[in-house]
Amino acid sequence: MEISLKTLPDEEYVAPGRGGCPGCPAVLGCRMASKVLGRNTIQVTSTGCMCVNYGYYGAPRYPFVHSLFENAGAVISGIDASLKAQGKRDGVNLFGYCGDGGTVDIGLQALSGAAERGHRFLYICYDNEGYMNTGSQRSGATPPGARTSTTPVSKLSPGERRPFRRKKDMVRIMAAHGIPYAASASLAYPLDYLRKVKKAIEIDGPTYIHLQSPCLTGWGIPESQGVAVARLAVQTCVFPVYEVYDGNVFKITVKPREKKPIEEYLKVQGRFRHLFTDGWPEEIAKFQAEVDENWRVLNALEQMANGGENA
Amino acid sequence: MTRVFISGTHAVAEAADLADVKVIAAYPITPQTSIVETLARKVSSGELKAEMVPVESEHSAMSTVVGASLAGARAFTASSSQGLALMHEVLPYASGLRLPIVMAIANRALASPVSIFNDQQDSLSQRDSGWLQFYVKNAQEALDFILIAYRLAEDPRVLLPVMVCMDGFSISHTSEPVEIPSRELVREFLPAFKANYPHLDLEDPKVFNVMAFPDHFEEFQRDKHESSRNVLVITDEVYGDFNRLFGRQYGNVEYYQASDAEVVLVGMGSMMGTVRDVVDALRAAGQKVGMARVASYRPFPVSEIRSALKSARTIGVLDRDISFGAGGILYQDVVRSLYNESGPRPRAINFIVGLGGRDVSHRTIRTCFERLFLASDKEALGTEGELQWPDENEKLLKTWEVGKTYGN
Repeated sequence: MEISLKTLPDEEYVAPGRGGCPGCPAVLGCRMASKVLGRNTIQVTSTGCMCVNYGYYGAPRYPFVHSLFENAGAVISGIDASLKAQGKRDGVNLFGYCGDGGTVDIGLQALSGAAERGHRFLYICYDNEGYMNTGSQRSGATPPGARTSTTPVSKLSPGERRPFRRKKDMVRIMAAHGIPYAASASLAYPLDYLRKVKKAIEIDGPTYIHLQSPCLTGWGIPESQGVAVARLAVQTCVFPVYEVYDGNVFKITVKPREKKPIEEYLKVQGRFRHLFTDGWPEEIAKFQAEVDENWRVLNALEQMANGGENA
Repeated sequence: MTRVFISGTHAVAEAADLADVKVIAAYPITPQTSIVETLARKVSSGELKAEMVPVESEHSAMSTVVGASLAGARAFTASSSQGLALMHEVLPYASGLRLPIVMAIANRALASPVSIFNDQQDSLSQRDSGWLQFYVKNAQEALDFILIAYRLAEDPRVLLPVMVCMDGFSISHTSEPVEIPSRELVREFLPAFKANYPHLDLEDPKVFNVMAFPDHFEEFQRDKHESSRNVLVITDEVYGDFNRLFGRQYGNVEYYQASDAEVVLVGMGSMMGTVRDVVDALRAAGQKVGMARVASYRPFPVSEIRSALKSARTIGVLDRDISFGAGGILYQDVVRSLYNESGPRPRAINFIVGLGGRDVSHRTIRTCFERLFLASDKEALGTEGELQWPDENEKLLKTWEVGKTYGN
């Protein structure tokens, strides 16, 4: 089945009326993925927003496990091994949907182990760039200059003071495991995202998708603007959308026609407001330099995969 | 049935094979390692048809068997010491999900300081995790109790995970004659696995590890407690079946010369074999001594201990562990069992022994009995005399000034 708006099923695999902030992109991302995965799915979600949104009263119409914070990768490993041992593995979509805290920080070890052992699963990290379920604390995925409750803004500090280019690049970390498929995706490009979900779930091995998931409350954006902010992240190249096959073949799947300056992305979010109002122009310049360097490297990697030609 | 000469770890691996486990996940740690090495060989050769998941930590080992059990397969793991401590967070998760997982523990001290040697601090520190705990005395029991553990864990009146604890090295690495029962008889005792608990089922989707609010949470906990107590009711039937099929009778407490004893030593694990030996020697000399070995630590056989010990004049509890600032862990359970008994109660003394592999010798046990006889002649021991260190290294206590102020 080719993924298009026409081929996606009308059937909902998540019951209506469940938790989650109005307009929450993490909820949207999971529901969208479920449209591709269907009923024969087992979902594992580590502690975080989504275990509250889906786990309180049971939202999914397929089995759902709220794991502990750091062990989603290992619980997935056990389910995979168990189904294989029982001869029941075929036709089951084993799917992790976990936040950035449970992925890039506390859950990195278990996920890394699951990947290097070669279990069959799709793991989607919904990256809202902080511990948003506990009220917006910084994580290893918080961008530089962001205000969180543990990186407060003061006269002395512009929020998160991450060294240059040190936000964990989870797609490349996963790709470095040599897994068959790792990708990033954006809610603003839904068909690109869902095609990646479909591609990943059909692979007999570990696959990973990093989904940027703007947090309305944590990032300080209006309820209606989650997807718009995600689009700006791609258009400014703050969050490039790409794939990595077998650990080393890079392909950028959405290339902005015109690379917008990052101010357009930063200024619409409350967590970066102080950069403009409190006089931290050098932080914005540093952030832009980081984005430029990451974009240059990514294009070089893609070029390398094409034998020197840019796609 | 065959009779072989094997170590405790090997016996446990044979038991897991006989139980036809489908998923094994483990991480190496001394003295457990050879259990999973043996199982890895069995899986690799095709002798055991199971998935072996060589995980990257014990936290993941326990998480992986949780996933495996949730997906409806019989799952097994093993650990020791730091590894078990690392699993700590996942243990109540497993028991709360009511997963019938069995884990073998080769008991080893907890750091710091580092010791690879035996005491029971590691598993006793997991006392309140919702797991059942059995302590065995030799390799044969280690094998037998893995089978008994699965039978109990999977009983619909229980549905709780079980630890089978054997002393590191003195059981895990000591070879002795072990009877390996036939698969047919084992299958009669422990039927082929069928997930009879809420599990991952596409036809009947459920949410696992739900949020429980204050109006529900306590009853979830109460249910684990009641199910754990059910074990004490059904063990007669389970031990009876085991004896009928394999000719070995077990109990939640093993007694030796205890019924008419004036002085009784209570304890767990391999050192109780030494106690038995000393009981024989002292009985031969006319002293009325006895032994009670606790096999089922969780659930704790409160009434049974009470009725067995209430007529003794003095009891001693051997603890191969210590709850710092309080005393032995087993002691607290034993004394608590006697407290509400009407009429005279025995005096009780707590002996801390065998920490970090210190040998529990015949001499240790004789010292304990001597002190118990002395205590029974005294009016009261006082709080200090209640806790004894029969094998203390007097020289070290002095030169290190143990318990004195640190610094210059």
